[in-house]
Amino acid sequence: MGMTMTQKILAHGAGLEEVKAGQLIMCDLDLVLGNDITSPVAIKEMDRFNKKTVFDKDKIALVPDHFVPNKDIKSAEHCKCVREFARKNEITNYFEVGEMGIEHALLPEKGLTVPGDVIIGADSHTCTYGALGAFSTGVGSTDMAAGMATGKAWFKVPSAIKFVLTGKPAEFITGKDVILHIIGKIGVDGALYRSMEFTGEGVSYLSMDDRFTISNMAIEAGGKNGIFPVDEKTEEYLKEHATRAWTKYEADEDAEYDEVITIELDKLKPTVSFPHLPENTHTSDDWGDVKIDQVVIGSCTNGRISDMREAAEVLKGRHIAKGMRCIVIPATQSVYMQAMEEGLLKIFIEAGAVVSTPTCGPCLGGYMGILAAGERCVSTTNRNFVGRMGHVDSEVYLASPYVAAASAVAGKIATPAEI
Amino acid sequence: MKAEGKVFKFGDNVDTDVIIPARYLNSSDPKELAEHCMEDIDKDFVKKVSKGDIIVAEKNFGCGSSREHAPISIKAAGVSCVIAETFARIFYRNAINIGLPILECPEAAKAIKDGDQVEVNFDDGVITDKTTGESFKGQAFPEFMQKIIAAEGLVNYINGEN
Ligand code: SF4
Repeated sequence: MGMTMTQKILAHGAGLEEVKAGQLIMCDLDLVLGNDITSPVAIKEMDRFNKKTVFDKDKIALVPDHFVPNKDIKSAEHCKCVREFARKNEITNYFEVGEMGIEHALLPEKGLTVPGDVIIGADSHTCTYGALGAFSTGVGSTDMAAGMATGKAWFKVPSAIKFVLTGKPAEFITGKDVILHIIGKIGVDGALYRSMEFTGEGVSYLSMDDRFTISNMAIEAGGKNGIFPVDEKTEEYLKEHATRAWTKYEADEDAEYDEVITIELDKLKPTVSFPHLPENTHTSDDWGDVKIDQVVIGSCTNGRISDMREAAEVLKGRHIAKGMRCIVIPATQSVYMQAMEEGLLKIFIEAGAVVSTPTCGPCLGGYMGILAAGERCVSTTNRNFVGRMGHVDSEVYLASPYVAAASAVAGKIATPAEI
Repeated sequence: MKAEGKVFKFGDNVDTDVIIPARYLNSSDPKELAEHCMEDIDKDFVKKVSKGDIIVAEKNFGCGSSREHAPISIKAAGVSCVIAETFARIFYRNAINIGLPILECPEAAKAIKDGDQVEVNFDDGVITDKTTGESFKGQAFPEFMQKIIAAEGLVNYINGEN
């Protein structure tokens, strides 16, 4: 019987001819990732290993991004712990403030994630690299520690849902609308323990940034990973970024899928997830009149250059509504620089927005835009759980950069066509 | 090995942000994390829970972030076991890796009520609701995971292998 794309990558990683859904395997890892929240816990765990050295100093990436530049003394201590560990173990890919960015935007940009890789990261959105045709998934700190020490991780081979994307998305429809639509359709546990494999002619209409956004949110449907085939757009991206050789895997024709779901991209409407779950989706047809207080444009989901361009396209020559706060956070230093060179930052500032240095910040309710009780925020991030961005009585609405920017101008949830 | 305690019952999709809100993630000390366990879903949880108590939840328990702080805070709060209809996969791995026993059992998750006295036998996966007298068969761990649990977590397991 044939294998899915994910199964093929895992079989190769485990040194096996064939794997089957449900099988437990031990895989070699191409990259192990951690951030300033999860790495300190993993570093503490590392101390308990008999073997205290890392398996390969080039295959570990440490990216302090959640609470940096340091939010407070405690987060400063955490970052110090990561920094000292990186220094002691001569970790090649440690990114200090000034060169860092949000991990899942940074690593592909630096060419550290390539097709065919098996990657674990102590961060749930590690699934982002599926956009490049890699197997990548989020784990906890103990798995990260074991990965750093041994270069291996155990996996249960997942079964898969195949998403066949058809048609061309209309104007203002982005990868974010695609993934929110999918999560609304299958629910926050709709892909629990399983791979989400995206295929179909519709894929060719999605930019790499759209694909990163889609793979990024596979976890919000409970998925183990969310993977795209390697096509011309991927190869173009790799030409510019990849730092090492890569392997293209394709699903077998007779691969078995639990379900096949067709998504008609040409029929999608601007989509927003209402509080407090990403599956609570509404479209522009029925989201009604929702007044808001704040807009956040950024994160590992939508902080890349196309997201900045889309937001700027809407904000150009306009001003955000009176009393509104709009916070724009380019995901990496290079996105920041490019946005500056293209004049996007000027557009944001003239529109009344603030522009922050790269950080996760408000996405997880860390800092840099926390909500008070009763406040509502339209955000391009990926989670709208209770208290995610601040007070337990605040609300987060997930949207694309187009809708977020238009909402900042309108003072309520809106599409660019409505302002 | 057995666990017995009073049940705290929760519904679907209990996420890691309510188990341990990010505002406390600038600490990784289990004791400190335990003080805020479940705070955003039940702010008195920490006051009410006693050592050995059991969490029973419905679908997709532990969804959201990969923070190991979530199972750590539950374990450090004294909870002896979590039973759910299903778990989010990262939470599932993390719980096993840090040695917090968890069991998937849809029937138990539906039938057991808040405040019931429940006993869990980890050897055979049998869950007994002593308040109602009902018992349920939970899903046993695959052998591979049993080894990790027997070694009291992934670190010891790997140390033993090398
Ligand atoms: S931007 Fe948000 S979701 Fe992404 S890594 Fe940072 S905290 Fe996590």
